[in-house]
Amino acid sequence: MELLALFSDFTVRTVAIGAALVGAVAGVLGSFALLRQQILLGDTLSHAALPGICLGFLIAGSRRLEPILAGALVSGALAALLVLLLTRTTRIKTDAALGVSLSLFFAFGTVLLTYLQRHAGAAQAGLDAFLFGQAAALVPRDLVVLAVVGGASLLVVVLGWKELKVTTFDADFARSLGRPVVLIEFVLTVLIALAVVIGLQLVGVILMVALVIAPAAAARQWARRLEGMVVLAAVFGAASGVVGALVSASYRGLSTGPVIVLVASAFVVVSLLLAPERGVAWQLMHALAQRRSLRAHRVLVDLYRLAQDHDDLDYASEQGMLDAYFGGPTGHVLRRLERRGLVSRAQHMPEEGTHWILTGDGRRQARELLTPFGERDAAVDGATP
Amino acid sequence: MTGLQGWLDQPGVTIVLVGALVGVAASLLGAFLVLRRESMLSDAISHSVLIGIVLAYLLTGALDSPLHVVGAALAGLLTVWLTDVLVRSRRVKSDAAIGLVFPALFAVAVLLINVYARDVHLDTDAVLLGEIGFAWLDVVRVGPLEVARSLLTMLVITLVNLAFVVFLYKELKLATFDAMLATALGFRPGLVGYALLALVSVTAVGAFDAVGAILFVAFVIVPPTAAYLVTDRLWRMLVLGCLVAVGSSVGGYALALSFDVSIGGAMASTTGVFLLLALIVGKHGIVARALRRRTPGPPPSILRERETGGAP
Repeated sequence: MELLALFSDFTVRTVAIGAALVGAVAGVLGSFALLRQQILLGDTLSHAALPGICLGFLIAGSRRLEPILAGALVSGALAALLVLLLTRTTRIKTDAALGVSLSLFFAFGTVLLTYLQRHAGAAQAGLDAFLFGQAAALVPRDLVVLAVVGGASLLVVVLGWKELKVTTFDADFARSLGRPVVLIEFVLTVLIALAVVIGLQLVGVILMVALVIAPAAAARQWARRLEGMVVLAAVFGAASGVVGALVSASYRGLSTGPVIVLVASAFVVVSLLLAPERGVAWQLMHALAQRRSLRAHRVLVDLYRLAQDHDDLDYASEQGMLDAYFGGPTGHVLRRLERRGLVSRAQHMPEEGTHWILTGDGRRQARELLTPFGERDAAVDGATP
Repeated sequence: MTGLQGWLDQPGVTIVLVGALVGVAASLLGAFLVLRRESMLSDAISHSVLIGIVLAYLLTGALDSPLHVVGAALAGLLTVWLTDVLVRSRRVKSDAAIGLVFPALFAVAVLLINVYARDVHLDTDAVLLGEIGFAWLDVVRVGPLEVARSLLTMLVITLVNLAFVVFLYKELKLATFDAMLATALGFRPGLVGYALLALVSVTAVGAFDAVGAILFVAFVIVPPTAAYLVTDRLWRMLVLGCLVAVGSSVGGYALALSFDVSIGGAMASTTGVFLLLALIVGKHGIVARALRRRTPGPPPSILRERETGGAP
């Protein structure tokens, strides 16, 4: 399977462009959902899109994308309203309200889906491709629809950047500034719904939430600022979309959604492991480096103390004695210090083994290390030279 | 005996019974999930048990080996554990952890079906919609009776869940409402939680044949939520939840027949009707709340509030 050869194919190119578009938009909008901890709302919205998809098909009578996306958006909005109604007016908690909304809308969706399949010929229209996504079903004019919807939502993000950002991180602060927080939160929820809706055809209702969250979660590990996170999430999302769509298009029978989701999940795993500062591997390396430098410091100080105790700045400490003083082998630490010019070797007699002497630099550094630990060491040292 | 057999031979009876058992088994556990604010874990588990089922199928080549139950329970616990690990790494929040783990496991399962099991009954539509309509076709002999296999499976699972709730009632109640006190008294609330979620996974496998993995969530969450609006007592919530589940099974089957639609979908949708009813007539429903606002009554007794503990 040659990816490059595939790319010259017209259908495949359509799919790749569509997938890149969907992934990028989902990544950007998902960043806000992730930071506002609204991932499970995204899950609810994507499952709840199913009845809307069916109704959009029923009303338009065809598998055109616009009515289907509009239907999905409307039923997603209704599901979000149901969650709000249940949590605001009864004692039902958010998690249960989300679960109720998700399962009831999805149940009603399956009822509609089977109705359409048995009565309105939707089986031929491949409506069930919306469950897991089907890359091959993407046609060029769908790209226009996706580009318009995606472009519009990105435009909203760019224009309202400052407001969205402040509301995401500190809604109370935004309120105190007199920003219309309720409106902004509404916009953010609609954006999450749009992120879900735009990928339904490619990824499907069940797994779309993963494409919303995974690129954002991966980007979060690398970036310290929202600007960087959003851009990186867009890149990760687009890459997941393209790779996933191409792989699924080149093996017959692979659903597109799961492949895209797995690629995006791989981005998350790699980021969790490798990202600087937050990554697991990075933190391990950091801990190792810390331990190594701590060891070097201790050996330096040991040498310095031994010299002090003998009232001899150029006192040559024997390696075995240093090991005993330090409480473990110090040979490799000393050789590293030697390379940095902080200690030098002194060989008295061949049978006596290596002795080590602090250089001027080494003495200075040891003194600096000891300064924060009280006057005594520094004072004694100040008296000696 | 022949009377009973004749009764069981009617497809409708088997279908309604299987649906009712799925509902009862699910809502018994669901009551505790709703009270523990872990409802969405049932959604995650219902997706990821699929990987347990698929792997068990690939290992044994059979669609109904006992290994399925083990595989599903392990997959469910794996989901919960992975979510836990991600949250404890403090690199993602709990909602994001749930949203990362179950889609990945579900995606692997669907792809395994795509690649290795395309020609068997285990297709992706069945995952979502279930095939309760064919439940009566596959029968096993129990003594003098021929019983649908899924009916038997669900009966066993329901009895196990019932035993779990009845025998561990005190522990479950304590762990749900006051995990700190439970720990202080020497119980292991974490263990109870894991046992609960393992049973949710097992029930999901049984339900998977009948109503599909995702519709199962409706049976876990909606009946207890409806009951939660009506009563303040835990045991009443459990009983009411079961009644709602049975009612949804009967009503859903009738609706599915008259509109010729997915039976599992209709049953799950019917639970919504009961929720609507609870919102209207329940003492914590919307109507009751609106009325209470207009006529302020005496403040609720602290004792009663604590015993039924709205919020732990």
